[in-house]
Amino acid sequence: MNLQVLESQFWSLCLQGVALGFIYVLISLGYTMVYGVLRLINFANSEVFMIGTFATVVAQVGILQNQTDSQSLHGFRLIYTLAFALVFSMVVCGILGILVELVAYRRLRALGAKPLGFLISAIATSIVLLETTRIVTFSRPQTSPRLLDKWSFGEVAGANFRIDTVMVIISGVIIFFVLDRFVTKTRLGKAIRAVSMSEENSKLMGINLNRVVSLTFFIGGLTTGAAAFFYTTVYETTQFNVGFNLGLAAFTTAVLGGIGNLRGAFYGGMFLGVLEQFASAILGSQWKSVTVFTVLVLVLLLKPNGIFGEAVQQTRT
Amino acid sequence: MFNIRDKGASVWESWSPPARSSFVLIVITLVALLPYAGNFGPTSFLDTPISSYQAVLVYPIALFVLMGLGLNIVVGKSGLLDLGYVAFFAIGAYTMGIMGTMTSLNTWQILPFGIFFAMLSGLLLGLPALRLRGDYLAIVTLGFGEIIRIVALNLSVTGGPNGIVGVPTPPAVLGQKFELDDHAGYFWVIFIMILLVIWMIRRFTIRRPGRAWEAIRQDEDVAALMGVNLLVYKLWSFTIGAAVGGAGGVIYASKTMFIAPDMFTFNTSILVLACIVFGGLGNIWGVIVGASILAYLPERIRFISNARQLVFGLVLLVIMNVRPDGLLPRKKREKIREKQAI
Repeated sequence: MNLQVLESQFWSLCLQGVALGFIYVLISLGYTMVYGVLRLINFANSEVFMIGTFATVVAQVGILQNQTDSQSLHGFRLIYTLAFALVFSMVVCGILGILVELVAYRRLRALGAKPLGFLISAIATSIVLLETTRIVTFSRPQTSPRLLDKWSFGEVAGANFRIDTVMVIISGVIIFFVLDRFVTKTRLGKAIRAVSMSEENSKLMGINLNRVVSLTFFIGGLTTGAAAFFYTTVYETTQFNVGFNLGLAAFTTAVLGGIGNLRGAFYGGMFLGVLEQFASAILGSQWKSVTVFTVLVLVLLLKPNGIFGEAVQQTRT
Repeated sequence: MFNIRDKGASVWESWSPPARSSFVLIVITLVALLPYAGNFGPTSFLDTPISSYQAVLVYPIALFVLMGLGLNIVVGKSGLLDLGYVAFFAIGAYTMGIMGTMTSLNTWQILPFGIFFAMLSGLLLGLPALRLRGDYLAIVTLGFGEIIRIVALNLSVTGGPNGIVGVPTPPAVLGQKFELDDHAGYFWVIFIMILLVIWMIRRFTIRRPGRAWEAIRQDEDVAALMGVNLLVYKLWSFTIGAAVGGAGGVIYASKTMFIAPDMFTFNTSILVLACIVFGGLGNIWGVIVGASILAYLPERIRFISNARQLVFGLVLLVIMNVRPDGLLPRKKREKIREKQAI
């Protein structure tokens, strides 16, 4: 127990937690969107994230020809490189999301399988993705070049506003806001919400079910890809098994906020990120996940549908 | 689709009682002789690249069948998705490891303790967790499985990441010795446990708890309206499943003589779950077939060492796409009104 950090690093831990929380939020949208529409836990999403981290490295090193030990970039070149890597990772993950749906879900949905069948098929897909990456990368960790010089805007109350932390938070807010608007305001978003309320009825209303499902997986992939980019930029390294822990945390995020509920996922991510930071500072990082799960069980005991509950139209009987 | 499960059931029902019991006896004898199957014909075919056929027969095959049957009570019979089943296996194994090295009790005396601690933890986890709905239960159990592993990794009594070395092997029973290279004895022990579990499941299925589980699986709300005490019967199912896992863990620790936290990862939980879904959820034969195939396959294809998990994933994916209800699905008549159930 190290309670001193509560005084000395309180705001610093909060800031780190929020930044980490945004990464969790973005990944958890991949779970939550799919869950909202299909009522299924998309277990392959953690591997989509893993592929995204590699896609980021490929974009930076393979396509834009930066050396792994290259100097940090500045000006237009930096913005261009980062933007390209972000978009590349998002698109790769989005397309991968669609493929996962095609391979693991489409046929099972047509056959009317039970939820557990989907679960195993999604897990099989994630085994395939994980093992392929492992074999291709020879199980080696892959470092990403430090293209972004990590200067700090300065400290406020002990919290160090580093450029990457700020970038994650601002971009996270933007992506989340855009997605939230998309789902609540646009025609396609309305279709997604309609399917999540009732598959049968939305089919009767002329909604192309398969297209909406593909779209949902695509959007989930996009946000997961963005998270992968931010993760790689902040931590500068990735490995074939990076998906498991982050996927688990993101899944917890989704559940904490009420799975299927976009805004719930947002608060869930903030809560989880900050909690993790404090737990590892106070109890030591090995007890981080134990704390998280204990809190999760307590939260679910008091609020069985997550802190913010599932969106009303999505609650199952 | 042709349903072997229904076909088998109708053939079975057409037999007279003596025919049934003699069939059961023959099957039991044949299975009990399985450790010697490698002695007939081309032994090299059954052997896997790094371990002998007999070794593979005990672990993973027999133990996975045992654990699959245990998990099947939870997932298949009562429809509670448990993604952390390995926790109970680990609790059994660590009970054996700690008590075996620190006390003078032998494996058979520790076995009840292992079962007891697994059941106790099932009860403690179940009391809060079983009030939750399906997917929330899944994440809580998943977390529990990870917690047990992390606790084992960080405590000194469990040996931390090094685990526990020198777990004693069981003493001889009826002249059958249990040694490191003698796998047949372990196989028979686990086989007897499997038979007991099958017997237990069959008894439960036709009695009150079995009917309550079936009702809960099909529709919780209706079950509650019909007067089924949801929490009590879910707890029963959960703790009985935990007991089977714990028993498996004790035998496993005693057989391998060494346990470490790495052996009890999420992957094992998933593999056991895959076994029962692959075979056909909720039916004993499906579980046995599924567990045998999925446990044997990764060992058998070890010669493609690097790609073996990849091939495993591909096979699983293809089978789930071709037969989403598993190889031997549940009987047709049990399928009615199963929309909500797992």
